[in-house]
Amino acid sequence: MRQTCVNMVYELAKADDRVVFIGSDLSPGLLAGMQEQFPDRWYMEGVSEQNVIGMAAGMALDGAIPYVNTIATFITRRCYEQVAVDLCVHDLPVRLIANGGGLVYAPLGPTHEAIEDIAIMRALPNMTVVAPADAEEMKRFMAVSVDWPHPIYIRLGKGGDRVVTRPEHGFAIGQAYLLREAEGGKSNPVLLVGTGVATTQALQAAEMLAADGIACHVLHMPTVKPLDVAAIEKYARASRLVVTVEEHTVIGGLGSAVTDALVERFDGRVPRIRRIGIPDVFASDYGNQEWLMETFGLHAANIADVVRKAVGSD
Amino acid sequence: MTADSVALARSPKSLPLDERSIWLRRLVVDALVGGERGHVGSSMSPIEILRVLYDDVLRHRPSEPGWSLRDRCILSKGHGCLALYALLADKGYFPTDLLKTFCRKGSILGGHPEHGKVPGVEASTGALGHGLSIGVGMALAARMQKRDSRVFVIMGDGEINEGSVWEAALSAGKHKLSNLVAIIDYNKIQSAGATAHIQELEPLLDKWRAFGFAAEEVDGHDVAKLQKLFARVPLDAGRPTAIVCHTVKGKGLPFAEHDPEWHHKSKVTAELGERLYAALEPR
Ligand SMILES: Cc1ncc(C[n+]2csc(CCOP(=O)(O)OP(=O)(O)O)c2C)c(N)n1
Repeated sequence: MRQTCVNMVYELAKADDRVVFIGSDLSPGLLAGMQEQFPDRWYMEGVSEQNVIGMAAGMALDGAIPYVNTIATFITRRCYEQVAVDLCVHDLPVRLIANGGGLVYAPLGPTHEAIEDIAIMRALPNMTVVAPADAEEMKRFMAVSVDWPHPIYIRLGKGGDRVVTRPEHGFAIGQAYLLREAEGGKSNPVLLVGTGVATTQALQAAEMLAADGIACHVLHMPTVKPLDVAAIEKYARASRLVVTVEEHTVIGGLGSAVTDALVERFDGRVPRIRRIGIPDVFASDYGNQEWLMETFGLHAANIADVVRKAVGSD
Repeated sequence: MTADSVALARSPKSLPLDERSIWLRRLVVDALVGGERGHVGSSMSPIEILRVLYDDVLRHRPSEPGWSLRDRCILSKGHGCLALYALLADKGYFPTDLLKTFCRKGSILGGHPEHGKVPGVEASTGALGHGLSIGVGMALAARMQKRDSRVFVIMGDGEINEGSVWEAALSAGKHKLSNLVAIIDYNKIQSAGATAHIQELEPLLDKWRAFGFAAEEVDGHDVAKLQKLFARVPLDAGRPTAIVCHTVKGKGLPFAEHDPEWHHKSKVTAELGERLYAALEPR
């Protein structure tokens, strides 16, 4: 997903001379082809996140469309005020490509684990937040990213992620996609809502639950902001339970966004909700992403368990 | 990729490593192999700096890491933590056996050092550009509490691209923190390539001097020269000290020296481990 994303920047740059790439201090040789072909639209500026966001803002004020890339924690926490003021107050078309959303960098500890990035980006007016589930979806999203008139935060998974999205869906910013329809008629299913690679876990959980006779819709929300409230309302209305799944703290991410939307739309008659995410802690262990996901209960088996328990207590 | 020619030309041609330096590097390799990953080049360049600090310079008690009168040493370039872990283990802060658990489930030794988890680690680092400000705070705390503790902060050359480093330098200069020592592991390479290409730092000594530091440079692999220079710290009784250490990224591993591709390896196979150990056969 990550390689696909930066390769797409190069492709977009070939078609549109407003497109610029700015990295901080990434791997040697990254987008070397672009550097050679468009030396005045490829920058590697060193370990200086605040500086690169400001630079991107300056370019965008004069008509460029910069794609800025570095590790997710550093492109959010480290330069938050530059993102808020230089990008969001000015409402500029700058794209933030965030490597390692969630627990991808598990062995590297809390400095590298982007557990609250969606929350803090979502809280900024004018910011758009996108977390594709796989490389194919990333490609479709990137193709429509150029002309979006606002800043975009792009959350990347690890790479090599299983392809679960469908080409026939295309991609529109702000739109949710139903990746699995509850089998056996649509009476009273469970609605699983995921974003990013967590959607894949939700799909697997739905499969496990089908074996138990529990039918699930799986709604994928690659755009967390602006949220596709209509889709949530449509599928939640007929469901007996809504479960959100995200590789992110339970504070302020997809679960919060969906809950807010339901509370407002259903005026008190909110369906039952379970939010699955990272509890309010920094990870205290290392190992790998899968291990931490399991520790925090973000894997398919636990999602299925949460659903079974909730449904069992109907 | 191979050695970066600019970094190579700008780095010291130091003496061969002695037995202790090789031993410490083998401890680093134990962790790289145990964790099957790690920042190889970044951990090899600051070994002699840390060795001299922990062997000869710091006032510290491995059996009492919280001793209030100790000198503080912060590895601000936290990704080079294997060098720090090797020294802390060697000094007895924790058993050397633990090095093999690097990055594993249940380990205390993560890919970046965490305060409160690893005995002897003074501050959690890994996000670059934080250590010098924390060091300024510790140096001021020592002054407030009338302790003669000193504070040593080790930074990477890429790390000092961060504006926060220079904000801290302004404060250190303003407060004339003679108990603060900024150390640059100047291996001439950052993540993306040579500092000369990504973000030129020269004239680096002049920059530190302009910010109010007494600054000197030294071959960061020459143990005797490091000992001699650190014995003179503070270089000026009325100013903070900066020591620019000319080092080699990947030092001790001929195939990795000066090569940005060896910054980090996410797959250290058993086979690669053999190569690393073989390069460090005692001579
Ligand atoms: C604030 C921040 N931005 C980016 C990174 C990612 N990163 C880790 S190491 C590194 C390069 C550091 O280079 P340098 O300081 O020269 O250390 P070296 O490994 O060369 O000794 C970068 C950019 C980080 N850890 N923190």
